Amino acid sequence: MVMLKTVDLGISFGGLNAVNSFNIEVEEGQLYGLIGPNGAGKTTVFNLLTGVYKPTTGRFSLAGEDLTGKSPTEICNHGIARTFQNIRLFKNMSVIDNVKVALHTRMKYPLASSFFRFPNYFSTEKRMNDEALRLLEVFDLDKHKDYNAASLPYGKQRKLEIARAMATNPKLLLLDEPAAGMNPNETAELMETIRFVRGEFNMTILLIEHDMRLVAGICEKLTVLNFGTELASGETTEVLKDPQVITAYLGE
Amino acid sequence: MKKLLKSKSLIFTAVLIIAYILISVLIDQGKFTRSQQAIMLRMCSNIILAMSLNLVVGSLGELSLGHAGFFCAGAYAGGYFAVHAGLPLTVSFIIALIIGGIVGAIFGFFISSSILRLRGDYLAIVTLAYGELIRSFAKIIPALGGTRGLIGVPSLGSRGDQWMYMFAVVIITFVLISNFTRSRHGRAINSIRDNAIAAQSIGININRYKVMTFTISAFFAGMAGVVFAFFKGNVEPADFTYNLSIEALLMVVFGGMGNLVGSIIAAAGITALPEILRDAAEYRLLIYAISLILLMIFTSNPKLVELRKRFVPKTLFASRRKEGVTNGNA
Repeated sequence: MVMLKTVDLGISFGGLNAVNSFNIEVEEGQLYGLIGPNGAGKTTVFNLLTGVYKPTTGRFSLAGEDLTGKSPTEICNHGIARTFQNIRLFKNMSVIDNVKVALHTRMKYPLASSFFRFPNYFSTEKRMNDEALRLLEVFDLDKHKDYNAASLPYGKQRKLEIARAMATNPKLLLLDEPAAGMNPNETAELMETIRFVRGEFNMTILLIEHDMRLVAGICEKLTVLNFGTELASGETTEVLKDPQVITAYLGE
Repeated sequence: MKKLLKSKSLIFTAVLIIAYILISVLIDQGKFTRSQQAIMLRMCSNIILAMSLNLVVGSLGELSLGHAGFFCAGAYAGGYFAVHAGLPLTVSFIIALIIGGIVGAIFGFFISSSILRLRGDYLAIVTLAYGELIRSFAKIIPALGGTRGLIGVPSLGSRGDQWMYMFAVVIITFVLISNFTRSRHGRAINSIRDNAIAAQSIGININRYKVMTFTISAFFAGMAGVVFAFFKGNVEPADFTYNLSIEALLMVVFGGMGNLVGSIIAAAGITALPEILRDAAEYRLLIYAISLILLMIFTSNPKLVELRKRFVPKTLFASRRKEGVTNGNA
């Protein structure tokens, strides 16, 4: 089944075409890479897919459902979750609260329960706690659950961000440069984590990355962006051999 | 149940109840002068106001300088009801509290809905304007008594009785707000404060929660206004100048943003300060200002904070969260 499909997706800011007719088809359970030089428009694609920007042209759909022009909240509820290039955790909240807050739209109780603590407050909070702990265990963060999110080491912050995204129960996970700023050991660990997430949750993952070893190691298919347009797309090994792609990355 | 007993808020509530009994006994024995008693009642309304503002400033992370406006709306609405309803005192006080809260919340709802695009300083400036606007409206409505204000709000009885009622409102407000901040809604609001973009990405409707926070906060500010009206016996526009908003903000900032207990202590302290300094006569304002500056330095200077941490037992101020994780794969 096609999980994510974009048709001629594009956005321009004033006269600048940041992304130009972007076409991609991600199959369910696939690990898809989106690469390209700096300023190619990769993060803009993510912002389009999560509703932060409204596309000026084209459409995109998740599992056959058209989501073009929906608000970030709605898109999240339909099952697209993301992480950010520069980590965006809730820094003054504890590790477990970072995950619990992402359960917000899945496990609910009314406002009155928040004030008066009716029985459904306790039962729902318990379910949230269990679910959050389960996710933290998956990412090996359960030992740090009561720490401030900001006090975690960098690699663990990345993991926590992925855990938080997973808590929204997404169909599609967007990872924006998950290995940025990581040392080789941490990157290797991260690759394991990403593979594990895909296996454990049968997750469809679209990721932006500059670390070619990571891309070559885990992505099945790639799309290369350059100056907002698609340069190449296809099986990872073939795309990475493409002379055009090599030119875009390394120059003539 | 064990968890419940352990929770900080319950311990604090117990402390409050002991404080209540102690103070009411002292009042009954006439250990306080009249002005000291008045200050203590004034503290109650200020504490509620500070706790309500703490929701906006501490939890949502936005600056509101218009809380005097919600306070004013609540005081007038509750006071007007109490003057004209002619119900038994207790009933009239409870209904007035609810009416004052609701009127405050209505203002909070509409005002916050109109300023959703604003953030930070700009939002603060506009709330300041709205606060003054509410006060000015109160001034020109004939039924509210114009500049002279509303007079004849019934008293809740002796100072001791008043103390009982108002203290009860403080405790109820404290429990409700502290419950709220530790619920899914409270977490959502905190997440907006910490990172709005990330909050949006996990499906939190930022505008909805901003309006919700302001509305709830304005509800409690309105209740604080009613408490004030019943204590003072009359309500006049001059009671609600922007000085009150600034003072409330001072209480929240000194108490530590997001720290309810801190807000209570700071509110009590700042309300009492002018009275404590009464003997200093003409130097009063000078000392008041200097002590605020010293307090500010004491609460925010990193070296002094460290010093304070060394001397004050950790359990008193330590947050529930632990700081610092050693790097590595522990």
